[in-house]
Amino acid sequence: MNSPSNLLDDALGPIPGPVILVEDRVETSGAFVLHHLLKRSLAADAGGAVVFLALAQTFSHYDRIMRKMGYNLSAQRENKKVLFLDMMKLEYPSEHKDGLIGLYAKIQSAIESRSSKENITIMIDDISLLEIAARGSADDVLDFMHYCVALTSELGCSLVILNHEDIYPSGEEPPPTLHSNLEYLADVVVKTEPLLTGLAVDVHGQLTIIRKVVLNEKGYSASKISNFHFKVKENGVEYFHPGSQR
Amino acid sequence: MAEATSRSLRDGSLEGEHCPALTIKDSRQSPLGSHAFNHFLSSLASNISASKSQARGLVLVALSKSPAFYFNLLRSKGIDADLVRVLDCYSDPFGWKDRILKLGSDQRDSVKGPVTEFKDVKDTSKLLSSILDVGRGFVGDGKARFAVAIDSVSVILRHSPLSAVASLISTLRSHDRVSCMFWLIHSDLHEPRASSALEYISTMVASLEATVEVTEGIKNPENLFGLEQNSHRGKFQARLKRRNGRVKLLHEDFHMEQGGIKFTAVSSENTAVNQSLVPKVQFNLQLSEKEKDDRAKVVLPFEHQGNRKTVQIYDGRRSLSEGKDPHSMHLSALSAERNNETKGTGEIHYIRDSDDEAPDSDEDPDDDLDI
Repeated sequence: MNSPSNLLDDALGPIPGPVILVEDRVETSGAFVLHHLLKRSLAADAGGAVVFLALAQTFSHYDRIMRKMGYNLSAQRENKKVLFLDMMKLEYPSEHKDGLIGLYAKIQSAIESRSSKENITIMIDDISLLEIAARGSADDVLDFMHYCVALTSELGCSLVILNHEDIYPSGEEPPPTLHSNLEYLADVVVKTEPLLTGLAVDVHGQLTIIRKVVLNEKGYSASKISNFHFKVKENGVEYFHPGSQR
Repeated sequence: MAEATSRSLRDGSLEGEHCPALTIKDSRQSPLGSHAFNHFLSSLASNISASKSQARGLVLVALSKSPAFYFNLLRSKGIDADLVRVLDCYSDPFGWKDRILKLGSDQRDSVKGPVTEFKDVKDTSKLLSSILDVGRGFVGDGKARFAVAIDSVSVILRHSPLSAVASLISTLRSHDRVSCMFWLIHSDLHEPRASSALEYISTMVASLEATVEVTEGIKNPENLFGLEQNSHRGKFQARLKRRNGRVKLLHEDFHMEQGGIKFTAVSSENTAVNQSLVPKVQFNLQLSEKEKDDRAKVVLPFEHQGNRKTVQIYDGRRSLSEGKDPHSMHLSALSAERNNETKGTGEIHYIRDSDDEAPDSDEDPDDDLDI
C-alpha cells in the first residue's frame, strides 16, 4: 500500500489542473501513475466517478491490479461509479471519424446522466492506440481531444491521458505531432523516464511532474516542477527523493 | 517593449494604411504565449472600455479557451466586458454536438448574449464573414472600427492550408472596419514557413523565448533547472516594423505573477554593462528610476485622464491678471466660465504616446504624421 500522502500526491497537489498528461517510455511504463490516479479519482471522500477508455488492456487486467492495491473495481463498476469502455472490442466503421464522434457521444451522455458532474475523470489508456484506430490521423484524434477538453471546462470534470514519448520523431526540429499538440493542452505533465545513470536494482526510474501556470479564481497559480525516483513493487509504488534510499 | 506594443494596438490604423497587427509566438520551450495573449487582450479591452482606443469594440475568436474563461479573466481584472463579443469556436468547433443531436448541418450561428457560436472552423471563408458580421453587429454601421483577436491561429492552421489562413488574416487586416488585430501561434506546431508567412502580414512580432535552452529528452541532467526556469519566466522579444521599413527590435524579460504576466526591463547584469559603458561625465545622461517615475506623473495639458473630466492646470495668464487687478480678473474669469457654458464645443484630447522614446532618441517624431 502507498503511504497516505506520498511524493506523487504532493507533487500533483490537491486539485491538479483539469488535464493531466502522463508520458512514459518503453523502459519505464507509466501505467502505475494511471492506476494511482484511477484509485485517487474513485476515492471515497472525493465521491468521484471515472469514464475509462481502455485501448491497451482488458477490464480484468485493471481489476486485478486495483485489487492488489486494495480496491474493488468490479464492485465500483456495478455501482455505476466506473464506466468502462472496452475499445478493443469496438469495431470502427469505415469512416473512422464517425467512430470518434460516436465515442464522444458516449462519454458526453455518460457524464451528463450523472447528477453531480464534478469529480468525474475521463481516463484514456492510451492515446497512441486511439491514433492507430483513427488510421494515423492525428488531426481527428486532436479534434476528439478538443471536445474532451471542452467537457472539462464546461462540466468541471478532469481528463487523464497516457501517451508514449518515444514513439514520435525527435531531433533538432521535430515535425509537429500528436505528442507536441497534447503538451500544449495539458495543465500537468507527468513524465516517467529511466535513470540517467542506467539500470539500478533499487530504483526503477524517475518521475518528473510539471505543473503549469493555471489561471483560477485566485489568479495565476505558480508553476511547480518536482522530480523524484520510484520503485514499482508488487502492490504499490514507492516514491523517494534521489539519494534518500538506504 | 510590451507597452509600446499595447499602445500601437490601442492607437489603431491610419487612414489609407492596413491596420496594425501583432503576432504572439511561443514554443514548447517557453509555453507562456497564452498568458501574453491574455495580457494584450486585457490591456486592449481596458483601453476600449475607457474609450481611449480607436477601436469601439473587440471581437475575440475563441478557439483554445472557453468564452467563460475570457469573461472571468476580464472581470477579475475589473474590466467592463460590455464591448467584447466572442465568436465561440471552442464549444462545438466541428459541429459534432449537432450531429449527435441529429440536427441538420444547416444550422445558423446561434447567438447567446455576447457569445456567437461558430460550428465550422474548417471553413475559413465562413469564419471570415462570421467575424465581420459579429463586428458590424455591435459596432453598428458607419465608420466605427473594431479590433479582432484570435486566441490560437494554430488550431485554424491544423484544419486549413496556410494560404487560406493567410488570406483570412490579410483580408481582415485590410478591412476598413478593423482597427487592429492580434493572434497567438504555437510556432513549433507548424512548419517554420507558417509562422514566417504570418509574421510578414503583421506589423509587430512578439516572440516568447526560453531563458535556458532545454534539449529534448532525458540525456541532460541540467534540463530540470531549465524546465523550472522556463515554466515561469522567459525573454520577450518584440519586432516592430515602421511604415518606412525600419525595424525596431526590443528586448524585455517577463515572469509570471499571481496577477498575470509581468514585463520588466532586461535583467540587471545587462544594465550593469550598459552603465559601465556610459562615459563618466559631470552631468546626467540618463534619468534615474525616480526621475522617470516623476516624469510619468506629470499631468500634461489636455491629457486624457480616462474619467471624462477636464484637467485643471495652472494657467500662467490668470495669475498675471490677478496681480494687476483682482476685480477685473474676477469678471473675466466669470465671463470665461459663462462662455464655456454657452459654447463648450471645442475639445482637445491628447493621449501621451511617446514616453518610450528617450528624449534624445534618433526616432523621427513625425513618423506617424499623415500629410
